[in-house]
Amino acid sequence: MARSTSKDAQALFHSLRSAYVATPSSLKIIDIYVGFAVFTAIIQCGVVSVERGCEKELEITVREREISKKMRKVVYMAFVGSFPFNSFLSGVLSCVGTAVLAVCLRIQVNKENKEFKDLPPERAFADFVLCNLVLHLVIMNFLG
Amino acid sequence: MLEDEDEVRRKKQRRGRIGMAGSLAGFLVLILAISICEAASIFQPISDSHRSAALDLFKPADGSFASLEETYEALRTFEILGINKKPDLSTATCGTVSKALGSSSSTPKDLFDALRVNSILKCNINAEVFEGIISRLQAAVSGASSLLDFYYSIGSLGLIKDQTSKADLHLSDAEGIFRSIKALSQSDGRWRYSSNNPESSTFAAGIALEALARVVSLASSEVDQSMIGTVKNDILKLFDSIEKYDDGAFYFDEKVVNVPEHSGPLSTSSSVVRGLTAFTTVATGSLNLPGDKILGLAKFFLSIGIPGDAKDFFNQIDSLACLESNRQGFHSTDPVTSIYSGFIDEERKLNGVSPYIGSVLICRLVKVNTVLGSKAPPLTVKLVRAYSTSSKDTSIIEDKELSFDPERVVYFLDALPDSVDVGSYIFVFKVVLHDSEHKDVFVTGTLTHVQIFMTGLVKIGNAEIVVLDNDLGSIETQRKLDLAGENAVSLSANHLQKLRLSFQLTTPRGSAFKPHQAFLKLRHETKVEHVFLVRNSGKKFEITLDFLGLVEKLFYLSGKYDIQLTVGDAVMENSLLSDIGYVELDLPEAPEKAPRPPPQVVDPYSRYGPKAEISHIFRAPEKRPPQELSLTFSGLILLPFIGFLIGLLRLGVNLKNFPTSSVPVAFAILFHVGIAAVLLLYVLFWLKVRLFTRFFHFANDYKSVGHFGSIHDIEDTEFLGSFLDVRWTQDPFTSGLSIIKVEICLRMKEFPLQERVVSIWTLCFKFCRTPFSKLY
Repeated sequence: MARSTSKDAQALFHSLRSAYVATPSSLKIIDIYVGFAVFTAIIQCGVVSVERGCEKELEITVREREISKKMRKVVYMAFVGSFPFNSFLSGVLSCVGTAVLAVCLRIQVNKENKEFKDLPPERAFADFVLCNLVLHLVIMNFLG
Repeated sequence: MLEDEDEVRRKKQRRGRIGMAGSLAGFLVLILAISICEAASIFQPISDSHRSAALDLFKPADGSFASLEETYEALRTFEILGINKKPDLSTATCGTVSKALGSSSSTPKDLFDALRVNSILKCNINAEVFEGIISRLQAAVSGASSLLDFYYSIGSLGLIKDQTSKADLHLSDAEGIFRSIKALSQSDGRWRYSSNNPESSTFAAGIALEALARVVSLASSEVDQSMIGTVKNDILKLFDSIEKYDDGAFYFDEKVVNVPEHSGPLSTSSSVVRGLTAFTTVATGSLNLPGDKILGLAKFFLSIGIPGDAKDFFNQIDSLACLESNRQGFHSTDPVTSIYSGFIDEERKLNGVSPYIGSVLICRLVKVNTVLGSKAPPLTVKLVRAYSTSSKDTSIIEDKELSFDPERVVYFLDALPDSVDVGSYIFVFKVVLHDSEHKDVFVTGTLTHVQIFMTGLVKIGNAEIVVLDNDLGSIETQRKLDLAGENAVSLSANHLQKLRLSFQLTTPRGSAFKPHQAFLKLRHETKVEHVFLVRNSGKKFEITLDFLGLVEKLFYLSGKYDIQLTVGDAVMENSLLSDIGYVELDLPEAPEKAPRPPPQVVDPYSRYGPKAEISHIFRAPEKRPPQELSLTFSGLILLPFIGFLIGLLRLGVNLKNFPTSSVPVAFAILFHVGIAAVLLLYVLFWLKVRLFTRFFHFANDYKSVGHFGSIHDIEDTEFLGSFLDVRWTQDPFTSGLSIIKVEICLRMKEFPLQERVVSIWTLCFKFCRTPFSKLY
């Protein structure tokens, strides 16, 4: 078994990158969009791991807190809690839902996916838009 | 005060002369009220208390009243009551009057009110002013279509005629106007306000009669008698619909429900009386109205007492003045009294026979007054008969004339026959006028029935309380009682013995007396009470308590029982509620199945008193982050979006594939605009979410449930949910509604728009919950 080195890793990233360059730009747009949605969701709830006993330090200045590095991510929910919970949920689910829908769109639009080769991309996009509208109608109502 | 009354009478006579137009024949309501022994106060006439109340009720603010109508009502009331110390209004009010009369924009109602005020104040108004008004009013009369138009404009013309002594002021087409007012009348004697209003009103009938009277007096030639005859017929029909109280008072009331103003019986009756008086003044010939109904109306107005409202006060006084004023026309079929004024004199006369007979209260002075309290003409008061309420067929006094005391202006009965004992009696009085001329002037009614309670001291004798042995009936203990005084007997008995209480009641005339109430009450130390009825046999009242049969009723409670005797009656002056003493009872032990004494009766007042206040604990509001923090995160959320845009730029996104030919371009734009519109709708929905909920609520209103128990915020502007919502959250599983009334007060949280905008951006972060969500 060949030893994996940093060079191998670099080669792997390189090949991935070169392969990704060949991806059609429409799929790239969708990728960026998915990224945008996921990051928004992360900022809203984030992966929070607040160590015990940091409550006191929470009251120190933000700069000191960053220096202390006791938290990996400082996000909204960690700051102020999830109240009102329905609003928080709808915000996060809106982003996650959008991301999932965008991934579905990407699957359907991808030419290499033989399963959807009969489906015109316009139809896929229309489905995406419709699903988004429905999703956000629900979100708006859940928002409170 | 005597001067005041004289002046009132002089004024009334003056008014009467004007109204009668030379005819001496008239009609005055005499009221005879007898209130006896402070018990039966019937209808008191207008007195000084009315005068002081009038000054309180009609108090001008800053030297004048709010409107000319109120001013007239105040002035007219003062005039009728003969109040001299009235506030000085003439300077300020005359200014208002001449302004209203001079203004070309005043309506006929304004003119009418101004002229009415002027008729009392006699302001200095220019003759030209009247000339101008007359032509306007004449035009208004000929153009009038509704009853009120006729009433105000014709009324104003009539008032001008009275005030200016213009003998040539006539209505051009009096008969035509008479007919058009008459056309609004209904078959039952009531009137409609206008031809396109199908509802008829009794109040309108009074107005119409007043207007018709004015038309007749303003007519240049005599109005056709047949038309006046039909109106008289209408009046008689109107009197068929008169309503009656049990005490003999008659009144008019509106039949229809949705009459916005003038709906009460007082204003309606008052309107009819005014109309009736006005009409009979101008109409010739007798109306033949039943005297007791006229009397009943007078009773109705007097039974109100002193109204607390200025308008009611005016209506009452004005109507009574109408009834009292000398008018021809109401000839009733038999000469009768109308009622009035109470006067009592109580005298304890000893008659020398026995102290008990002497203690019969002799209430026998009768005063006859008119409704407004002035003196009656020479007359004789006859006591037609008097009978006991228990035996209506046997009269104790018949056909006795009351003597007259000119000094005190009262009529009195000389002596009561010996057969009059304590009890309740009906005295039937009749007033006979001396002067036959007065028979046409004063209303004569039917007989006046007055209930009189003859009270007296009832003699209580032979009172004793005895403890008896059950088997032999031999007397164990015997105590004499003085029921009129203090007693403190102490007895003891066991369950094999009996307790007997006996006493005798004798009326002042020596016959047996049976009171309404005679009770014996035993009260145990634990406040358990037992009431026994004391029965009589002849004069003797006796009760025997056999404790053997009563042990169960007494719940086997041994110990001290307080004894209380109650003897009471309305005619018994020495009714008593006396604590006799106590009896120490020794009863056997209660067996297991014996009934338990009832739980202590709760104070009945506490049952209906206020309940303990329920305090609610509300959840403490959630902690909110500072606003700066929320705004910072709103900005932060833009970062991925910016990253997204940069990514797009780096990919070199182009829009080359956007269609260029006209039709596809149109569709593409339509597609995007459509999506944008939907998104915009979402945004609006969120921003105006409350508007939507309200809209849905309105939609629900039309369903049966939606309207039920809606809950609003304290400003009553926001719909927060329905009662069902709240109830469901409280108890989701019970069906049906058992709560009768729920009062919920919710206060809206401050909800700045800025926060909402922030929320829109982040789609989630920082949301105040809407009030609607608070309910869930």
